[in-house]
Amino acid sequence: MTQQLSRRFFLSASAAIGGGLSLGWSLPSAQAAETAAELGIWATIAPDDTVTIRIARSEMGQGTLTGLAQLVADELDADWRFVKAEYVSPEANLANKRAWGDMSTGGSRGIRASVEYVRKGGAVGRAMLIQAAAAKWGVPATECTTGLSVVAHTPTGRRLRYGEIAADAAKLPPPADVKVKTPAEWKLIGRGVKRLDTAEKLSGKLVYAIDVQLPDMLNAAITACPVFGGKLKSFDAAKIQSMPGVRHVVAVDDNAVAVVADKWYQAKMALAALPIVWDEGPNASIDSKQIAAHVATGLDAKDAGIGQQHGDFDAAFASAAKKIEAVYSSPFQHHATLEPMNCTAKFADGKVEVWVSSQNGDASLAAAAEAGGVKLADVKVHKHHLGGGFGRRGQQDPVKQAVQIAKQIPGKPIKLIWSREEDMAHGFYRPIAQAKMRAGLDAAGNVVALHGRLAAQSIAAYLAPARMVNGVDMIAFQGWTEEEFGYMAIPNLRLDDAIRNTHVPVGFWRGVNTNQNAVFMECFIDEVALAAGKDPVEFRRTLMAKNPRHLAVLNAVVERAGWGTPLPKGVFRGVAQNAGFGSYVAAVAEVSVTAKGEVTIHRIVAGTDCGYAVNPDQIAAQVEGSFVYGLSAMFSSEITIDKGRVVETNFDTYPVMKLAQMPKVETVLVPSGGFWGGVGEPTIAVAPPAVLNAIFAATGKRVRSLPLTHHDLSHA
Amino acid sequence: MAKLALTINGKSHAIEVDPETPLLWVLREWIGLTGTKYGCGVAQCGACTVHMDGVATRSCQIPAGSVGTAKIVTIEGLSPDGMSHPIQVAWLQHEVPQCGYCQSGQIMASAALLATKPQPTDADIADMVTNICRCGTYQRIKAAIHTAADLSVNANGKA
Repeated sequence: MTQQLSRRFFLSASAAIGGGLSLGWSLPSAQAAETAAELGIWATIAPDDTVTIRIARSEMGQGTLTGLAQLVADELDADWRFVKAEYVSPEANLANKRAWGDMSTGGSRGIRASVEYVRKGGAVGRAMLIQAAAAKWGVPATECTTGLSVVAHTPTGRRLRYGEIAADAAKLPPPADVKVKTPAEWKLIGRGVKRLDTAEKLSGKLVYAIDVQLPDMLNAAITACPVFGGKLKSFDAAKIQSMPGVRHVVAVDDNAVAVVADKWYQAKMALAALPIVWDEGPNASIDSKQIAAHVATGLDAKDAGIGQQHGDFDAAFASAAKKIEAVYSSPFQHHATLEPMNCTAKFADGKVEVWVSSQNGDASLAAAAEAGGVKLADVKVHKHHLGGGFGRRGQQDPVKQAVQIAKQIPGKPIKLIWSREEDMAHGFYRPIAQAKMRAGLDAAGNVVALHGRLAAQSIAAYLAPARMVNGVDMIAFQGWTEEEFGYMAIPNLRLDDAIRNTHVPVGFWRGVNTNQNAVFMECFIDEVALAAGKDPVEFRRTLMAKNPRHLAVLNAVVERAGWGTPLPKGVFRGVAQNAGFGSYVAAVAEVSVTAKGEVTIHRIVAGTDCGYAVNPDQIAAQVEGSFVYGLSAMFSSEITIDKGRVVETNFDTYPVMKLAQMPKVETVLVPSGGFWGGVGEPTIAVAPPAVLNAIFAATGKRVRSLPLTHHDLSHA
Repeated sequence: MAKLALTINGKSHAIEVDPETPLLWVLREWIGLTGTKYGCGVAQCGACTVHMDGVATRSCQIPAGSVGTAKIVTIEGLSPDGMSHPIQVAWLQHEVPQCGYCQSGQIMASAALLATKPQPTDADIADMVTNICRCGTYQRIKAAIHTAADLSVNANGKA
């Protein structure tokens, strides 16, 4: 924490955003940056009291930028009105031995995995300010207090604004050991302060990576072999050379071709006219039916990796008074970030520069170095706010492509934009999954045995083989691990997974496997409760005897929703609970289904216990938003495969939820304290099963395969 | 190629472009106004919504050559300071944007709605604001439109 940082990193970062002035999210002007004093590595303070907090994670709408700034500013005792934020550049992080930690922004870790060191960073700054003021006054530091960006000497009433003392403070060595505040001392943590980065999103001024404009820039449109695993054989550039604006036609890696033109629209039109021959390879005949049949072979396979088990399921199930079985399935899903994949790259004099919306600045830097064949130290990464991430932008394929194109056209910045069709066809999809659920009841209707068998494609096998443990992908069991699973009181339990991989790339999709696992488990638990003749809430309460945190969230939601109280005619409730990404969540949905089968969600009450709540309003925003993402997948969207390639290539065939379908979402926060849980993803898992359970209550029809559009929900 | 004179945010822009080029790309690449976003190119998402003579229009479907003398307003021209249109004021108050990428289009669609229906019902909003938001800000969009409607009434009352 004591190293001196090179100022140039931050100046270069400010140029990337374009230096636009804003309320709270702007990189400092060169002048301000030069006069601002550096207090440790996480904050600078300018003479005018502006506190600029450095952010290493990425902002993609989830509010982490503001939340992290709150954590630092609270420890710093900064006046929030003067707080701004700036990105740490990946090259600065590299040059300073990752002083700002992990830049990866996923798994709802933005706050919870940074919380210790960023708070310490703020506390270091505060200690330096106190030390400097005490020295100036010739008084003991212990007689000084801080608040609202002022150091005060209590006995004499003297005061110094942070802006007045920051330059002196910056000359002191940062203390190695500082204490962070106790929760009772927090002033900003727990407050729903306004986001720092809203203003530019209202004026059109925020420069996403897709908006980057550079002198001499050319634009590239690309298409990769539509069949996953296929290769580029040949293309006939001569046929399009004379089209308006066309400058270059280049092969990219071994599977794609790009047209580079003055404008992107010209490149896109020319690419559409380019004769291309693909070597589609061995996957060119695969379709969704074959894939589903392949996955289904896992449902009864002998070989399966164990997620967790206790007791003896087989024996208990065999002797159960009543047996319940059901098979569920869930299709591939695409991220469909509204900002399509893109990256701008420049290759010149053996150095690479990229402008990118990335969930992982460090990884973007490494990908650019690899694709450019240059040293890590010869790469500069300009991080931009993301037009949606949801897990997709943790992958660096567009960065690699942009650099590969730029390397063939040295000296010119090349902006590569994927068309929506390219974006849909070359994703890292939410894995296809099926599950065979089995439960045994005793004569009194108690669950004595539960088996959840997953048959699913493995993300770890595809993206992170090092995370496989003895052939088992533990990511597959999200929500079903010992720490997360709410029904640990069931005496004979087995949760296992028969991996069934396909040729379709898979990846981390907001909520990852909690999405499918919660539908499988929470809908099945409803089936079991029905078989036991018990109320779904009471039934869950009994099973949660060993899971008090799960139970507390469920109870909070049930109480707010008025479970058991009368509803308008035709409206029915459904409930679900889950835990994941370090937090405990539950939801009650109120749904009606017309006789023709049209579903309306009227209201969802959603609860979350994320331990400590940094910004309640932003948590509510994440709950509301996660439901839209999760319910889109439940209602209408799916990726299917024909002839080895993706069938749905735009929003007309991949319909997602719109405002008209938005239910009233009420967020109930039950932060029990003592831990820091995630926020962006946990709640996504409970909306679909709560709604599906309410649909069953309304229609008597149990939906076990998604999306809903495949089902006729008409009823008498 | 055609020589066109487009009126955008009150200014005339002379450009030379293939008249079939969609207005979206003319705005972004020929004029340099990148607040209007590309999301789908097939009029599904609404990220490219601008006003053509006051009507909310998906600019990815409008050939530049067909614009003629229509007055185009983009997000950059909605208010002089980029924050004072009642929709922008309400958006800030409700903290509507998450990633923000769709919000130019959401704001332009909502501003056009208020211009024709100063006090829209929930059903009006659902009919007229059909833009896609993947972050899921719909609940706040709805609330903010109602707030903006109230702000407009108050402002008009004073005037």
